Amino acid sequence: MDTVTTETETGTLIVGAGEAGLGIAVALRNAGYTAPVTITGLEADPPYQRPPLSKEFLAGEMDEENLLLRADDFYQDKDLRLLTNAHIEDIVLDEDSAGGTATTSAGHAIHFDGLALATGASPRRLPVPGGDLDGVCYLRDIPDARRLRTLLPGATRVVVVGGGYIGLEAAAVARGRGLDVTVVETFDRLLQRVAAPPISEFFRTAHEKRGAKVLLGASVTALRGSAGSVSGVELSDGMVLPADLVIIGIGVEPRIELAQKLGLDCGRGIIVDDAARTSNPAIVAAGDCTMQPHPLYPTESICLESVQNAADQAKVAAASLMDGPRPERAVPWFWSNQADIRLQIAGLSMGFDDYVIRGEPGTEQFTVLYYRDGRLIAADAVNNPHDFMAVKRALAKGATIDPTDAHNTGLPLKTLIREI
Amino acid sequence: MPKIILRSPDGNTHTVDARVGASVMETAVKHGVPGIVAECGGALSCATCHVYVSDSCLERAGAAEDFEDEMLDDATSERRPNSRLSCQIRMSDELDGLEVEIAPEQ
Repeated sequence: MDTVTTETETGTLIVGAGEAGLGIAVALRNAGYTAPVTITGLEADPPYQRPPLSKEFLAGEMDEENLLLRADDFYQDKDLRLLTNAHIEDIVLDEDSAGGTATTSAGHAIHFDGLALATGASPRRLPVPGGDLDGVCYLRDIPDARRLRTLLPGATRVVVVGGGYIGLEAAAVARGRGLDVTVVETFDRLLQRVAAPPISEFFRTAHEKRGAKVLLGASVTALRGSAGSVSGVELSDGMVLPADLVIIGIGVEPRIELAQKLGLDCGRGIIVDDAARTSNPAIVAAGDCTMQPHPLYPTESICLESVQNAADQAKVAAASLMDGPRPERAVPWFWSNQADIRLQIAGLSMGFDDYVIRGEPGTEQFTVLYYRDGRLIAADAVNNPHDFMAVKRALAKGATIDPTDAHNTGLPLKTLIREI
Repeated sequence: MPKIILRSPDGNTHTVDARVGASVMETAVKHGVPGIVAECGGALSCATCHVYVSDSCLERAGAAEDFEDEMLDDATSERRPNSRLSCQIRMSDELDGLEVEIAPEQ
């Protein structure tokens, strides 16, 4: 039924209850915004941390309650109205103000004065026959992780499709349980999209050393099943890998449907400027759903799918909603935990034209520093927190680290930082 | 529920109830205690949940393990013998009444 059953009024409507959506709400309150704030989320759970879903939570080392970003009474204390299980189907903007009316699929109308989009991203689906068999899992939200956690104890042979961070983290957890694990990656190296060859090679060796198999340059053509459950993964060369559990981690697609309905400029994500404003300057967007100017090379547009970006861009979006000064942007950083390996990444390595390896990858403690036109742009630090922190500091103040000395582990990186 | 007493950089003291198994950082953030940034959500990647554990609780809270120890070297506020990253202190009934001071800069 299309009948509107209820109507409410709010100051700011935030569509999306992930890290970015919550971050905008918190930043608005911290900046003294007093009007009502409504956050709507598609999911049943209040805002929670996604990163542990493929790490500690999946490994059973963390429970659901600990995933939640805020306690129930926080929302009350801050006067934030949280609507879970709420799908905003349509938004009509007022002609003469920044306000409008959003309608949920349940027919609930929300009149707002200001709008923020934090709609996140959905996991990319594997477009092959057999994708809906039992035992085929994705890993993006709590229900996905809960399901995987239930299936892992009964599984024996696990195939992970996708050698990116999510796939490798899940593979490490499954292997940690002693299961037979094979990672299948289309490209000729792991983490192809995000890391330099030495890092890719390191992780291949590290996973193999821990007992997983890694198949590179292999693409999946079908998932085979028997009695409705997955039984194997068919590759383009005809090989079939037996499997009773298939975990698919092949990236995400920003959710841009609502932005498109609103006529906002979109690329892969919702296009925003460095103040998190969309092509309609009254509407802001933050987090995984956005595409923004590269912090060092503003003519390039990038999608940054990370907690750090969501939290940081949320603060910027809130400041824009209040017409306040734009907060300083933080250096992008990321992390991945795989078995006992901690990878910490500072900066954005995309577009690098040179790199320096610092330390010996075989020791499982080393760093790769990335350069572009002779300037430090990023580092991947493996079990090397001092290097990570030094690079993060250097990038934060726009400094660099001389590539000629960077390989020398006898010199602490922080002593090599110099102004450009 | 074990209690945690946190002194914020603004001088206010906050007493919060913790779930057994939750970290000091998670508990503080969930209740909106100011001063703990916790950018990485407890992944031991940012050193922005730096606290000073009161002397009377030091032994019960335990010492930092290697990785945490290295991160603390690079924390923004001065490192002291009682420095810990609060994401690495898991609450238990034995830690009831834990007192920490939140480092002034994160």
